[in-house]
Amino acid sequence: MNRPSISMLAACGVLASFSAAAADAELQALREEVAQMRKSYEQRIHALEQRLADTARQAESAAGQAQAAQAASRPPAVANAFNPEVSLILSGMYNNTSQDPRQDPTGAAGRERRIQGLLPAGGELNPEARAWNLGESELAISANIDPHFRGTFLATISPANEIGVEEAHIQTLGLGNGLGIKAGRFFSSIGYANEQHPHAWDFSDAALPYQAFFGPQLSYDGVQLKWLAPTDLFVELGAEFGRARSFPASESNKNGLMSGSVFAHVGGDVGVAHSWRAGASLFASKPRERTYEDVDSSNTSVTNSFSGTSNTTVLDFLWKWSPEGNARDAGFKFQSEWFRRREAGELTYDTTAASLGTATDSFRSAQTGFYAQGIWQFMPRWRAGYRYDQLSAATLAIGLVDNATLAAADLPILQSFKPKRHTAMLDFSPSEFSRVRFQVARDQTRPGLADNQVWLHYIMSLGAHGAHKF
Amino acid sequence: MKRLILVLLALAAMPAAAALKVFATVPEWGALAQEIGGDQVQVFTATTALQDPHRIEARPSLIARARSADLLIATGADLEVGWLPAIQRESGNSRIQSGQGGYFEAARYVAMQDIPARLDRADGDVHAAGNPHIQTDPRNILKVGAALAQRMKELDPAQAAAYDSRWRAFSERWRASLARWEKAAAPLRGVAVVTQHKAWVYLFDWLGMREVATLEAKPGLESTLAHLSQVREQAAVSRPRMVIRAAYNSARPAEWLSAEAKLPIVVLPFTVGGTPQAKDLTSLFDDTLARLLAVK
Repeated sequence: MNRPSISMLAACGVLASFSAAAADAELQALREEVAQMRKSYEQRIHALEQRLADTARQAESAAGQAQAAQAASRPPAVANAFNPEVSLILSGMYNNTSQDPRQDPTGAAGRERRIQGLLPAGGELNPEARAWNLGESELAISANIDPHFRGTFLATISPANEIGVEEAHIQTLGLGNGLGIKAGRFFSSIGYANEQHPHAWDFSDAALPYQAFFGPQLSYDGVQLKWLAPTDLFVELGAEFGRARSFPASESNKNGLMSGSVFAHVGGDVGVAHSWRAGASLFASKPRERTYEDVDSSNTSVTNSFSGTSNTTVLDFLWKWSPEGNARDAGFKFQSEWFRRREAGELTYDTTAASLGTATDSFRSAQTGFYAQGIWQFMPRWRAGYRYDQLSAATLAIGLVDNATLAAADLPILQSFKPKRHTAMLDFSPSEFSRVRFQVARDQTRPGLADNQVWLHYIMSLGAHGAHKF
Repeated sequence: MKRLILVLLALAAMPAAAALKVFATVPEWGALAQEIGGDQVQVFTATTALQDPHRIEARPSLIARARSADLLIATGADLEVGWLPAIQRESGNSRIQSGQGGYFEAARYVAMQDIPARLDRADGDVHAAGNPHIQTDPRNILKVGAALAQRMKELDPAQAAAYDSRWRAFSERWRASLARWEKAAAPLRGVAVVTQHKAWVYLFDWLGMREVATLEAKPGLESTLAHLSQVREQAAVSRPRMVIRAAYNSARPAEWLSAEAKLPIVVLPFTVGGTPQAKDLTSLFDDTLARLLAVK
């Protein structure tokens, strides 16, 4: 019993070990299969979970987007939702000049700094003083009034704390057929630079011909009519009437048209990288008792005046290049304008009879001026530029001098001279809204004196992002 | 003088040509209008893919073209705020003024992203209405296209049926392309990238990609070296797979980071015409995906 049982046991043991070995192999296979199945299922489940999660997320984001879209399309009703576009220009500068910008070096009263050789235009001949100067602060407010009109108001606050209304006009939106009407106070569209606000200038001061002929910008209280031709070439014709507010017109209080201008501009592209604009304009006005101060040969301050007609012709040309037409990183801009002014009428000497006594006789003058400037943006944010401007010596026929009533020295500002100036600048614009400019100029607008000027100028704008003209 | 006035009056009264004249601010909307309009429209596109759409000048040629447009298609969301308002005002064209039927703003028809919680220019050139580069998500093309087709039908009822059938055919093709693109782009899911400008948020939302940094320190402002160094350090941690710039972006910042962080540069067309391959809307996305998948 014992033996067989032992042998049985042994056999069983062998069997068992056999079967155990067989079962082991099978188990192993099963395990592997299960593992494989698990792996594959896990992968599939993972994939399914992923898809589920993705779908859920998409649904969620779609719902969120739908909500956001709804929220975006229905802004909360607020009373100030119709607030107009408001922007403010801040500017300031440091000036270093070799001549006193305020006074003639003789120190005589009335002989403030002004351009020699022509009837003074008034207006500011920057810089105002040495060292620190505040520029004009410009506050602009504009908005569509209704579907038919747009309104623009631009006030300047001068460093002397005077508030001036620089522009206040309405403009039609809905006339169609290329027509546009502007009424109120506006900068004339003659020339190219006349319409630009000082903050958009490429140099810190206006070009000499603008200072001499328009002192330094022609502005109207009146109406402007413009028509754009329905052609692919830009052709714009326009006319302006009203009371011109600045030199060479005079403050007038007469019914009718005392000043008017006509202008034509054409422009287009050459390829994708070049664009240009050219124009011709004429400004005519009938100044009445347009006065200016001078110091006569007896060193007495006198007030003289001109009445007659004044016509100014302006030709302007602008050419811009940028690689691929992408003006952000690099570009070049050439700008030039030519001016010719003719005046005919009567010149009255010493209107207040402060010196030799009042006298009137004929007066004729013709004078040309031009400037040319190039601005090169050589890398993002940095630009360099150079400008040359000059005025011709005026051709004058002064009756009072010709008939020997006065000596030429009694009208010193009219003594023949050819003013000219060289200006170079480098500016840096950290963003579209800020610019810092370094400018040097050699100003030869007074006989025998060269004024070397250095400007360090900042121009910043805050508020609404205005759209600039070309 | 009398004759001149007569000529001018005749010019002013000239009937509009039969075709609907479309003025598109950017190439993608020009291409979309062409898809919907076919021969019935005459499309003028104001900018190219190699020009930064934020910084276009209100050139005389653009004003002249806007003068006779029946439909002005803009992106909106302040993308064109620096130039388009000047063109609209100078055009003397009442049809394309904001609020009129001939003024179409694409951004109004899609869900905007990146809407800033606060508006402060200290944050750069932020857009109050959200990120305006909506065309980088092809699903947005469908939404804008549906609204645009509707608008074109309203402006030119005589051709409504033609616009309708063309739009239906296009949107069907587009849906098929969408499925194809989504399948092809599956490997891009979760891929981290660095971009030059925040120009691709809609694309990344569509493909599930992650933007870990931008080369511009603030939107619209030039990259500074200090910021670029910061991006390089960040790249060491977040391990982006590539640096992406649009065809119109300056190459230098991306090249700098590429050399410093050993990242491949991917120049994406951004819009129609940005690369030789991106000839129309469909090939724009074909090429965008091909370029992304090539370095992935």
